[in-house]
Amino acid sequence: MLRDITIGQYFPGNSLIHRLDPRFKIVMTLIYIVMLFTGSSVFCLALGAVYTIIAIALSKIPVKMFFKSLRPLLPFLVLTAVLNVLFLDGGDVLFKWKFIEITEDGVRTSVFMIIRIVLLITGSSLLTYTTSPITLTDAIERLLSPLKKIKVPVHELAMMMSIALRFIPTLIEETDKIMSAQKARGAEIDSGSFMTRAKNMISILVPLFISSFRRADELATAMECRCYRGGDGRTRLRQLRSAARDYIALTVTVVFLAGTIVLNILLKQFGI
Amino acid sequence: MGKIIEIKDLRFAYAAQEGEKAEEVLRGISLDIEEGEFTAILGHNGSGKSTLAKHINGILVPSSGKVTVDGIDTADEEKIFELRQRAGMVFQNPDNQIVSSVVEEDVAFALENLGVPYEEMRRRVDDALKAVNMYDYRLHSPSQLSGGQKQRVAIAGIIAMEPKCIILDEPTAMLDPQGRKEVMAVIRKMNREKGITIVLITHYMDEAAQCGRVVVMDKGKVVMDDTPRAVFSQVEKMKRIGLDVPQVTELAWELRKKGYDVPADIITEDECVDAIEKLFR
Amino acid sequence: MTILETQDLTYTYSPGTPFEKTAVDCVNLKIEEGELVGVMGHTGSGKSTLIQHFNGLLKPTSGKVILDGEDIWADKKKIRDVRFKAGLVFQYPEYQIFEETVYKDIAFGPKNMGLDEDEIKRRVYETAHDIGLKEELLERSPFDLSGGQKRRVAIAGVMAMEPKLLILDEPTAGLDPAGRDKLLEHIKAYHRRTRNTILIVSHSMEDVAGFADKILVMNKAKLFCYDDTSAVFSRAEEIAGIGLDVPQITKVFVELKKRGLDFGRDVYTLEYAKKLLLKELGGERGAGRC
Repeated sequence: MLRDITIGQYFPGNSLIHRLDPRFKIVMTLIYIVMLFTGSSVFCLALGAVYTIIAIALSKIPVKMFFKSLRPLLPFLVLTAVLNVLFLDGGDVLFKWKFIEITEDGVRTSVFMIIRIVLLITGSSLLTYTTSPITLTDAIERLLSPLKKIKVPVHELAMMMSIALRFIPTLIEETDKIMSAQKARGAEIDSGSFMTRAKNMISILVPLFISSFRRADELATAMECRCYRGGDGRTRLRQLRSAARDYIALTVTVVFLAGTIVLNILLKQFGI
Repeated sequence: MGKIIEIKDLRFAYAAQEGEKAEEVLRGISLDIEEGEFTAILGHNGSGKSTLAKHINGILVPSSGKVTVDGIDTADEEKIFELRQRAGMVFQNPDNQIVSSVVEEDVAFALENLGVPYEEMRRRVDDALKAVNMYDYRLHSPSQLSGGQKQRVAIAGIIAMEPKCIILDEPTAMLDPQGRKEVMAVIRKMNREKGITIVLITHYMDEAAQCGRVVVMDKGKVVMDDTPRAVFSQVEKMKRIGLDVPQVTELAWELRKKGYDVPADIITEDECVDAIEKLFR
Repeated sequence: MTILETQDLTYTYSPGTPFEKTAVDCVNLKIEEGELVGVMGHTGSGKSTLIQHFNGLLKPTSGKVILDGEDIWADKKKIRDVRFKAGLVFQYPEYQIFEETVYKDIAFGPKNMGLDEDEIKRRVYETAHDIGLKEELLERSPFDLSGGQKRRVAIAGVMAMEPKLLILDEPTAGLDPAGRDKLLEHIKAYHRRTRNTILIVSHSMEDVAGFADKILVMNKAKLFCYDDTSAVFSRAEEIAGIGLDVPQITKVFVELKKRGLDFGRDVYTLEYAKKLLLKELGGERGAGRC
């Protein structure tokens, strides 16, 4: 049943990583991404890997969850590897057959790329695994709030996002209900030819749209009745407070970034 | 105590569609409600009772006539937020009035909009949640709650504004009997303990029977306005309008029609049992 | 003849997870053809899960559902035909309406059955008549109708499939008293014409007492009882004990009995109470004595 699908990839918990201020977590994730892209050698990535492993260990989220998050990207990884191996020239030739030539540089780059992508995905999954969608939205709103000065509707976007999150379970339940009702009238939804199924989708989409518009209308009235008038002068119940641990975590992250940059320069100087 | 809601010769018609004549939904309503009163507005679907409710906190403004709440003219756009803070509104569908994915944040929604400082907001949210018996659920997601619980959260969201008056537009119509009982208990408690004026729109006669005053609407007009006892004892009139009366009231009325000496204004089971016993002794 | 039978019907949600919950527990039931049955039970009693088994929307975890003499899960491919034999109308069914005209929406089910145009037309007109929709409404858009009319269009959409077993989940939810009484009348009209078995889920004992030949009560995933209306109401106190409301009039007569006024019968409708009292009191009193 549709109802069984869990929305968002949040794994509730109370680990150190869970408790970090979401604003800091977002900033740290960004620094982490920069770190991965600055590093131009496998050694730099090793540093990134250490950072990732420490973070995962601290989050207490089962490692297999991270493999799960990688699975959909498998085809993409394979493609990256193949393209790099085939089309990059340089260094010793390891294998040659007709026009296909595999070089040492090709292999090295493809291994490098794969590690980089894996680290990228694992690290950013850690953010969504340890932060609920609603907290994440909230943190993004606050981080972007300086943009309000240049007329970016930050509050409105965040409000839309959080209402969407609020209504996802409601709409899933509703879709489920409408599907059952149309099935009871003999609509073929999970069987039958492609054309009948497509036609029967209309019998689900039309009621779903109509009810969504009705909900939107009623919600807007209810919000107005509770004095909603945009983001100006709003206060918040959810207080984001940064603690010592946030600054420590941020410092550690910056140190890793600095380490990567230094390593990078050293490696270049020694020509490795 | 003074009048909190004053409605004077209120008329209202929705904007007419092209080629059609605008039909009046409210046809001259005058009604005053005292502070602290618990009033039910009873009527069948299409009697105009919900339209009337929407006038009390300025969602709709009169085509003619005047509505004043706690001294504020509802047509005064300058004071609309002040009005809505004093006259809170709870709607029928609990799903479509909950804004946030966390119960306590939803209760705080109005306070956030009003710019209430954090410490005070925290206190008012906690108080409101305790008042409706939902404090233990403050960190839950609304989608995990039953209909009755959701509706209590919606009521908490209004109470947190500390309004003088709450208008509830068929708050129990989509609930099961258990949820209806929970919600009615909370509404009665708000009236009794906090002295909040309650206007309850409903078509359930058993809910109206719990109020101090019943206003019956039909075809955009007020046709009866009295205590529940006086209203329900007019069995014939209520039936003509298409509304229920308690079974015991109807039984007493039938017996009276046949010439038996039974009081006309029976509305509780005990009264009915006593009256029948008297007939046989 | 038995139209519906369940044998040890059990349904468990999310088996093998921490959320495991048995919603229907070993229900054995036999419903005879042509009956008008009231289904009661409070939220979470398992009644909604139970009725979704009758048309094969849910598959039993264990046990059997036998509809019109056939095990509905004997051949999985035929499950769609089961839905035509056992029509299910959900709560607030007006949300399932999607066609441009009332006619088309009512015809959706019959069309899915593969009936020819003439037969579809006959069925649409007959059910529209039963349910109290005037013919001129058939070509209108269903979205222009009132809430009560939409409800009737949606119900007609299932009735037009002429299922041998029609199941309605709280058809009167949210309607006002007049709308509720009218809808129940229309459903009875359909019952009189087709003589098909009808199951109506309701929270209101007073309503159920007024229309049902038999009452099925679910409590805590188990079948609490399935019996004639009068037999069920004679257990008024037990029923109140599982958290269901007994009609007010029944409570009055239970109290009278306690005070020594026993009329020897169980009273559960107003009509009957009136007749009984007048008979016991010796008919109408002369004018001027009240």
